[in-house]
Amino acid sequence: MAEILLEHVGKTYPGGTQAVSDVSLSVADGEFIVLVGPSGCGKSTLLRMVAGLEDISAGTVTIGGRVVNRLEPAERDIAMVFQNYALYPHMTVRENMSWGLKNRRIPKDEIAARVEEAARMLELHPYLDRKPRALSGGQRQRVAMGRAIVRQPAAFLFDEPLSNLDAKLRVTMRGEILKLQKRLGTTALYVTHDQLEAMTLADRLVVLNGGQIEQVGRPLEVYHRPASTFVAAFIGAPAMNLLDARIEAGHLRLAGVDLGRVEGEARAVTLGIRAEDLQLLQSGGLPFRIDVIEELGAGRVVHGFVEDQPLCVSLPSGAELPAQLHLGVAPEALHLFDAITGKRLPQSVHRSAKVRA
Amino acid sequence: MQRFRPFDHLILLLGAAFLVTPVVMAFMSSTHAATEIHMNGLFLSPGGEGMATYEKVLTQKGGFTGTVTGARMVMNSTILGLGFALGKVVVSMLAAYGLVYFRFRFATPIFWMIFTTLLLPLEVRIMPSYQVMSQLHALNTYWGLIIPLLASATGTFYFRQFFKSVPDELLEAARIDGAGPVRFFLGVLVPLSRPMMAAIFIIMFVYGWNQYLWPMLMTTDERFFTLMRGIKTILQVWIGSQIPDYNEAFALAVLAMLPPLGVVLAFQRLFIKGLTESDK
Amino acid sequence: MTASPVVPSPFLRLRQWWTRPSAHPAKVAQFDRPLAPWLFVAPQLLIVAIFFYWPSVQAVTSSFYLEDPFGFGAAFVGLDNYREALSSTEYRNIAGFTALFAATVTALSLGLGLLLAVKADAVMRGAGAYKTALISVYAIAPPVVGLIGMMMFDMHIGPFTKAAALFGWEMRVGIDYRDTAVALITVAVWKQIPYNFIFFLSGLQAVPSSVREAALIDARSGWRRFRDVTLPLLAPTGFFLLVINITYALFDTFGIIDVMVKDKPANNPITLVYKVYLDGFKGNDIGGSSAQSVILMVVVAALTVAQFRLIERRVHYG
Ligand SMILES: Nc1ncnc2c1ncn2[C@@H]1O[C@H](COP(=O)(O)OP(=O)(O)OP(=O)(O)O)[C@@H](O)[C@H]1O
Ligand SMILES: [Mg+2]
Repeated sequence: MAEILLEHVGKTYPGGTQAVSDVSLSVADGEFIVLVGPSGCGKSTLLRMVAGLEDISAGTVTIGGRVVNRLEPAERDIAMVFQNYALYPHMTVRENMSWGLKNRRIPKDEIAARVEEAARMLELHPYLDRKPRALSGGQRQRVAMGRAIVRQPAAFLFDEPLSNLDAKLRVTMRGEILKLQKRLGTTALYVTHDQLEAMTLADRLVVLNGGQIEQVGRPLEVYHRPASTFVAAFIGAPAMNLLDARIEAGHLRLAGVDLGRVEGEARAVTLGIRAEDLQLLQSGGLPFRIDVIEELGAGRVVHGFVEDQPLCVSLPSGAELPAQLHLGVAPEALHLFDAITGKRLPQSVHRSAKVRA
Repeated sequence: MQRFRPFDHLILLLGAAFLVTPVVMAFMSSTHAATEIHMNGLFLSPGGEGMATYEKVLTQKGGFTGTVTGARMVMNSTILGLGFALGKVVVSMLAAYGLVYFRFRFATPIFWMIFTTLLLPLEVRIMPSYQVMSQLHALNTYWGLIIPLLASATGTFYFRQFFKSVPDELLEAARIDGAGPVRFFLGVLVPLSRPMMAAIFIIMFVYGWNQYLWPMLMTTDERFFTLMRGIKTILQVWIGSQIPDYNEAFALAVLAMLPPLGVVLAFQRLFIKGLTESDK
Repeated sequence: MTASPVVPSPFLRLRQWWTRPSAHPAKVAQFDRPLAPWLFVAPQLLIVAIFFYWPSVQAVTSSFYLEDPFGFGAAFVGLDNYREALSSTEYRNIAGFTALFAATVTALSLGLGLLLAVKADAVMRGAGAYKTALISVYAIAPPVVGLIGMMMFDMHIGPFTKAAALFGWEMRVGIDYRDTAVALITVAVWKQIPYNFIFFLSGLQAVPSSVREAALIDARSGWRRFRDVTLPLLAPTGFFLLVINITYALFDTFGIIDVMVKDKPANNPITLVYKVYLDGFKGNDIGGSSAQSVILMVVVAALTVAQFRLIERRVHYG
């Protein structure tokens, strides 16, 4: 059990690639942190620096009060679960779990007890004497978890541990990982590019972009107040609509429609609207031309255009829709971003006098 | 889909006959008396003299000094084959491990130094190699017979290719599990490489057993003669004799080809796998 | 990162240079130890240095000297040994035969190996038995092959000689130059077919069945399928084998030749390697033999470099 502290951590690969730059993060004891971001944004690199598998080019990493920059992975008191599990193919499940403990000269009966306990938690008993080859993907995943648990480490590190599983199993294992982590109270650093996984697992989310932290926060906080268009587009499905709009004479205008009062001088802004925040109106509002309808069963996602800007709307399933819709949105649900930098603007939108709900 | 194809079978039968008949003939003829062979030519059926011939070849002291028996030659060939195979697996596996799994300054030049040896077979530098060995007083020793043959990177090359195909995460997991270089090598890599080691061992055993030129030069003392060297001797005695000992020559040939043949047939799959996968 | 001193000490610089990783590490994950890698590569390095580099350098050096046959010193003669070798009619004749021998052996053993592999791949019944029969000869040593070959072509008892006699061809292997050449080539091909067979067969079996099925739909003629689909896919294997077979014909046939010409090389065809051996060990012409060695080294090195490039290509594209 320990807190992890990253201070101005950076990584430059020998070829010159700047994979991570100036990342600072403080992880509390027992906290579940998810690092999320698109492919190549440096998630794995950051995690591997914490693990000691990559040299740290800049900054310091502290685990449980110890600066670990110069320590071997085995000395950092961490355990890691890999995407391809990295089980030792020639060892049985039991041996896979106990090898690391043997290497640290832990007494035999203690090892047996820990393996026993982990096997019970993960329901691995029937497989203890099998080789990984003879296990299904989900079982292998559990063995990899078991190998991490028996170490009783200060922190768990996960690098996309579920991405080799099928969709259904992924949901199940997600639940199991969360339950285990809460029960053991071990600090966890979890890398994924799946935003749904990130939302459901995290105590706090860290959104990375191009090697830098874009936003840190609780999942709902990030969802409701994305710090930039990048985060807005990345978190949530379907992705938040981002539209070119203007502030004119104290009003926010899109496609000639007044969406509410807003402070500030006339300028172009990027307007973010979540698909589920849009509602159907009888008349008025935003004129919307339907292009494609995705029926999801419980609801439908309607893709179309406002003038010539693409927009998608989540609507309940129901009757046939006409080709043209009228959409309304509450001003509180509007997100404003700088049209150039993409950063969130401080202003919020208020109801104009003449707009009726 | 698949029909019976008589023409294909005909070609295969002809091919197999062309390849196998001489071997069968050698074996069958070795069980006939020399005079019989001299009169009737080679045989495709067994004769009655087999036991006597093989016993004679194995136990009779021959050569110019009369100190070497067939059994002794079998032993020497075995020592050469096994010693070479073992040395090859150990030396080349260690070197490949050093080259693949360590970050160090001279990895590239050392890689080239070792792999340049693939360029030149022993035969082209046989004369100076002999001179070096005689300067080292290594003529007529087992180590002199075996170790210079190890100076080629074939095994290292095979193991390097194999190690490169081992997932990186295995080393990372092992490092987190507290394994240093030696423990990772013995605890993970060696067990993983077992099929590869076996395949290379077999290939190298055959290669070592079959060596001809090098033992011929390195051994003048007949106590170190291998079977291949014995074949040369028996042919030298042959010249000028009225009825050559065909049967004994064949018996010696059979002794010389039996172990490699047996090994290859017994481990056919492993052998083919080792041979064809390592060239990639 | 630890702060480095403003002016790095020479020692630190040396250490950095010493431990700097190479630009293209074999693996992403590697150990970072100063001493351990040296311990692991040391045995191989030592053996290579003593038994490869030392003799190779010696071969090059002595190729520039004329050694007194009685061992009283050596005189530097520059390129004389090379000049002598390359201008001698005997050497040229042997080189000519070597080229012919290598070309014929390579072509025949590749062709027959491919034919048998294609057929063995096509049949279902008995495929395993054919395979075993065709592979078995692989493991037989060249001198044993030579001995068996010699018997097959023996003037009194050889079945091949008897068969040739039926066609009115009186073979005198070991005495007649051309007859010996025919026998040598036959025996050398016999020994090499299994090797090519093994590689072609595993090359064929690596062709995905979906590709075969697609070809089956696209082309009715079996020959056309073979020529347009199978053969191109086998090309990398073929190139690889080409070099291996040439090397085999040049060097590994030494045992066959030595046994079959029975120490009577005078009227018999021999290859360049055999000549190196004869001049060096029988003729005591160390300088001349070394010069020939060096010439051969250059030829083989060129061949092997070509092979490496092909393998490299294979890794990238296939
Ligand atoms: N060993 C390396 N040498 C050089 N560059 C590297 C190395 N490993 C990764 N990179 C680069 O560093 C950047 C970050 O890589 P990283 O593996 O951390 O991405 P990631 O966020 O984990 O992506 P993914 O979701 O695809 O796994 C990438 O641009 C990658 O190309
Ligand atoms: Mg990654």
